[in-house]
Amino acid sequence: MLSLIIFSPLAFALALAFGPWGGHKSARRAALVLSLAQAAFTAWVLWGGDFSAAGFQLQERLAWLPALGAGYHVGLDGISRWLVALNALLLPIAVLSSWNAVERYPRAHYALMFALQSMVYGVFLSLDMLQFYIFWEASLLPMYFLIGVWGGERRLYATVKFVLYTLAGSLLMLLALVWMAFLARTQTGHLSFDFLDWSSLAIPAGQQMWLFAAFFLAFAIKVPLFPFHTWLPDAHVEAPTAGSILLAGVLLKLGTYALMRFNLGLFPEAAHAFQKPVLIICLIGAVYGALMVLVQRDFKKMVAYSSVSHMGLCVLGLFSFTLAGEQGALLTMLNHGISTGALFLIVGMFYERTHTRDLSVYGGAVLKMPVLGLLFLPVALSSMGVPGTNGFVNEFLCLRGAFEAFPWAGAVAALTVILGAAYMLRLTQKVMYGPLGGAKMEALTDITTRERASLGVLVALIFALGIFPEGILSNTQPSVQAVLARLTPGASTPAAPAPAAGGEARP
Amino acid sequence: MNPLLVVLFLPLATAVFNRLFGARLGKGAAAGLACASVLVAFAFAADSVLGLAALPAASRQVLVHVYDLLDLASFRVGFDLLLDPLSGMMILVVTGIGFLIHLYAVGYMHEEDAGEYARFFAYVNFFVFSMLTLVLAANFLVIFTGWELVGVSSYLLIGFYRGKTSAADAGKKAFIVNRVGDFGFLMAIFLIWNAFGSLDFSAVLPHAAALSPGMATAVGLLLFMGAAGKSAQGPLHVWLPDAMEGPTPVSALIHAATMVTAGVFLVARCHAIFELSPLALGVVAWTGALTAFLAATVAMVQVDIKRVWAYSTVSQLGYMVLGVGVGAYTAGLFHLLTHAFFKALLFLAAGSVMHALHGELDMRRMGGLWRKMPLTCATMIVGAACLAGVPLTSGFFSKDEILLMALRGPHADFGLWLLGYLGAACTAFYSGRLIFSVFFGKPRDHHAYEHAHESPWVMGLPLVLLAVGSLAVGLLGLPGFLTHWQPFTDWLAPVFADLKAVPEASASRALVLGLMALYTGTVAVLGWIAWRLYTGEAAAHPADGEATSALHRLLWNKYFFDEAYGFVFVRALLGYSRWLWRWVDQGLVDGTVNGVAAAAQAAGDFLRGRVHNGRTRQYAAYLAAGACLLLGLALIYHR
Amino acid sequence: MFGVGFFLALAFALFAVGAFGVLTRRDPLVMFMCIEMMFNSGNLALVALSRYLGLASGHALVFFVVAVAAAEVAVGLGIIIAIFRTEKDVNVDHLSELKG
Repeated sequence: MLSLIIFSPLAFALALAFGPWGGHKSARRAALVLSLAQAAFTAWVLWGGDFSAAGFQLQERLAWLPALGAGYHVGLDGISRWLVALNALLLPIAVLSSWNAVERYPRAHYALMFALQSMVYGVFLSLDMLQFYIFWEASLLPMYFLIGVWGGERRLYATVKFVLYTLAGSLLMLLALVWMAFLARTQTGHLSFDFLDWSSLAIPAGQQMWLFAAFFLAFAIKVPLFPFHTWLPDAHVEAPTAGSILLAGVLLKLGTYALMRFNLGLFPEAAHAFQKPVLIICLIGAVYGALMVLVQRDFKKMVAYSSVSHMGLCVLGLFSFTLAGEQGALLTMLNHGISTGALFLIVGMFYERTHTRDLSVYGGAVLKMPVLGLLFLPVALSSMGVPGTNGFVNEFLCLRGAFEAFPWAGAVAALTVILGAAYMLRLTQKVMYGPLGGAKMEALTDITTRERASLGVLVALIFALGIFPEGILSNTQPSVQAVLARLTPGASTPAAPAPAAGGEARP
Repeated sequence: MNPLLVVLFLPLATAVFNRLFGARLGKGAAAGLACASVLVAFAFAADSVLGLAALPAASRQVLVHVYDLLDLASFRVGFDLLLDPLSGMMILVVTGIGFLIHLYAVGYMHEEDAGEYARFFAYVNFFVFSMLTLVLAANFLVIFTGWELVGVSSYLLIGFYRGKTSAADAGKKAFIVNRVGDFGFLMAIFLIWNAFGSLDFSAVLPHAAALSPGMATAVGLLLFMGAAGKSAQGPLHVWLPDAMEGPTPVSALIHAATMVTAGVFLVARCHAIFELSPLALGVVAWTGALTAFLAATVAMVQVDIKRVWAYSTVSQLGYMVLGVGVGAYTAGLFHLLTHAFFKALLFLAAGSVMHALHGELDMRRMGGLWRKMPLTCATMIVGAACLAGVPLTSGFFSKDEILLMALRGPHADFGLWLLGYLGAACTAFYSGRLIFSVFFGKPRDHHAYEHAHESPWVMGLPLVLLAVGSLAVGLLGLPGFLTHWQPFTDWLAPVFADLKAVPEASASRALVLGLMALYTGTVAVLGWIAWRLYTGEAAAHPADGEATSALHRLLWNKYFFDEAYGFVFVRALLGYSRWLWRWVDQGLVDGTVNGVAAAAQAAGDFLRGRVHNGRTRQYAAYLAAGACLLLGLALIYHR
Repeated sequence: MFGVGFFLALAFALFAVGAFGVLTRRDPLVMFMCIEMMFNSGNLALVALSRYLGLASGHALVFFVVAVAAAEVAVGLGIIIAIFRTEKDVNVDHLSELKG
């Protein structure tokens, strides 16, 4: 089942690339139908899992390179479930966003989006680390082409920076992976790249430090954490709308997901040793990112820097090593995907109409686009973390987690509550309110039914997750508690890959 | 189903419905729906409160669990509602006065087109929902939710005229300043969570004594930071006067009668924590007293009638905060109640004047309007009399009680009383100044005067009802020496049962009567001065920008708070961010990244120039040299 | 007299002459011939050693080299002619376009 989730988009990508859909109209229709079918299938599979306990479900294994100890191994738990769902959700939205925007090489464009989806599924579901690494690196390629072919003026600079930066980070991770495989041989007698094998290794604390650092660098660049973030604004500004949605929506989550799964899961002692430095980096990133948003003049850059700020908060929650923080971080991955995806969608809608992202041109858009005004507000509120929207729940939990671990960290991070309101309201006002900004604003037309549908789905989710967060939190909790159980001192010599703590937690 | 759920969610339902479909319904239906939902909510609220009153005094608490919000293993918090005498009083105020203001808005907003009309009522209904969430909350997470949502609805309503830059600016300012306060509130919530492992009022407040003194002070001060933001206490008051950019009914409902009193409500709700820390209470009381006095002085020189009432609101909120700060919670809440009536009335009456004069708000261009608008004039005089504290009006009794407590209460201080007294004197002056400038003397702008007209009945009726209410509500809290019938104090007694005996008795009857005489005399003298100054032909209003003295300039510019904040927080922060962006982000961080790339490229260029230079024979030479080297190595090491 | 040492010495001499030619001449055709000379010096050494050691693999390898060399000549000459057609010049020192 999980293999079908991973490889069906790849098959669809091939079908789109070589199928009989030559014109951009038939290509986009085919892409929409296939992406919806894919999402429906994924939803059906995910629905079937039982997440009341920790541990991986629906596992599938195949021997691939037995001599190297590398196999094909996939599995799903409460942590990956919702990220997989997010990935399934965002593709139809991204397809809809490029409905009229992409007329050059439409088949290739949609095929690459499907390929990207497939690679991202692969990352979220891999339990074999060599396989994980392959998906991880392969996810760069579709994005490289999406930005490089359909991007803006400086697309080559941006896309080369994005790919090289991320590649450079993951090289050290490859080294660490090989190291771990040999470590597995010294302890169990055979080479292994299997995550479940690795989680039962006893890794000496000294080695943990190096391994942790190598993994962390790769993931921190992807997240991106300050000071590794500068590729993100460039990539976002140059990327086409669909590229931005997928980049912010799912690609950034690869980093935070991997931090949670591998850095915390495999190297608990090193995680404790690195906790404070990482928290400080996150704090700087969260506040600094927010300050950067305040002074941007480019619509898309504002949203991109706000991602830096939000992801800083996410990792802050992650490294608080508290239940609230971990749950908050997981929820941030999801919610940020939804609300920032929606923001990029909105930027795309404006860009299609005005062909500029320069905020000084904007103003008073709501007078011409009342429906967009109605849908824009919840997105902005979610980004600010106002209760009732999903953004509040994760922000609250992340801050709470940080505060529980170190009150100073929570207090500094909470400054983003003020700064977030400042920059989001500034953006809202610049774009939506005030007198009409000029000829380009006069010519604005309100959003179409297609645009309403794609944005409407995200807005509905913003409210649903904001009002009933337990719907998600309750079935991520066992898996998250399993991660935490490994992190608690004393339990650092792991017994089984899935400690029973999760099962007992819910009475 | 519990009637509280109807009270809470009916306004939300109509808000959503009106926002989505109201424009298609037409104006009458949209407004009718909005008003009806608040009226029904009021009826159900009254029913709930009557049900509560039927319970024995000690068990007057109803807890309603709606659903689980968060469940983190050892910690759970639900969407829980608590109806007790305190929240019962608040829901009656919110829905009752809210309904009258809705009714007024039907007339006031009638010139807007159907879409804007429906949007307005959707936002106002949403505000009612948010405010009810705030007051009905049974734990700190829900109260914070309501707290933020009233901020959102206030933001939306201040910026209601979306095409106006000043409106958008004012909304943004209100939200951000409130967020500064919310930062403190959030920290307080986290500290409480740390200390008690729960956010439920029932698990925190009765056991507050378990807090260490330092912790109680920290929690108290942080909570008050939130309260100060919402209740516009100095130095976080700057947003409230600007909030008058919104439609007048909004100013009346949100920025006078209900939302801004949330801070007072919060302190009263959490009095168990504040009582543990004399320092925190002291900060509350002194902030309130200073705000009451300073805002009243600013109100004395403003000429925009809504702005006068705005500063007056800041000042009156200062009195309420002073009241709760000296431990006189009942007195503070009583002033909250009376103020809700008379300030809503004053704003609506000001709106009526504005409506009649087609948007004119400058009192220097009014005068003699009593002939044209007798009803508005009469009701506004009633409101102003309450505000100024004319004897036997509700404001007289409530303010009197607070000042008495400042002098003789459990945390009394003469300085607090003096500030309060001086503020009350200023209040009498500016109330008289406004009334006399607007309604009496000779018309100063004849064109405007000729076109002035009385407002329609939908606007007049709420004015009359509020005026009657303003006078009658004073009866609920007559001074203790007059009568033993104390419905307000008795009603709230279960909420404050944990406090030590009410120290009413410590003030002798002579002192109370003496103070009353003092206030009465002050009001009379200052009212007379205002009459003399502002009913004449020229009146004593200086023109815009014309400062008669340094003091006048200071007050005219509201103590330069906006300028100071603009400099420190806006310009300095933006300048710093811009510097950070240019030099650190683009320069240092991105520069390093691009530097590494450039270095790699430079190294490549160097090698291309020197080694990889395209000369085939040179490559062949490298090849030969390499072969020789390998051969040599093989010869040396082959053994 | 004609022992294996003689053939190896001859192969070495041929190789040295070939290598010297490749390094010093600028005409690609002559360089080509020098490269062929180096190939064949290798072939000579292979054959000689193969006979000396009584192994057949050396002989077999020579056929490989001859075949590859033939293919190489065909491709290489083709390239040289193509370059001459476009550049009107086949001095290798002037041909450095492909360095990037």
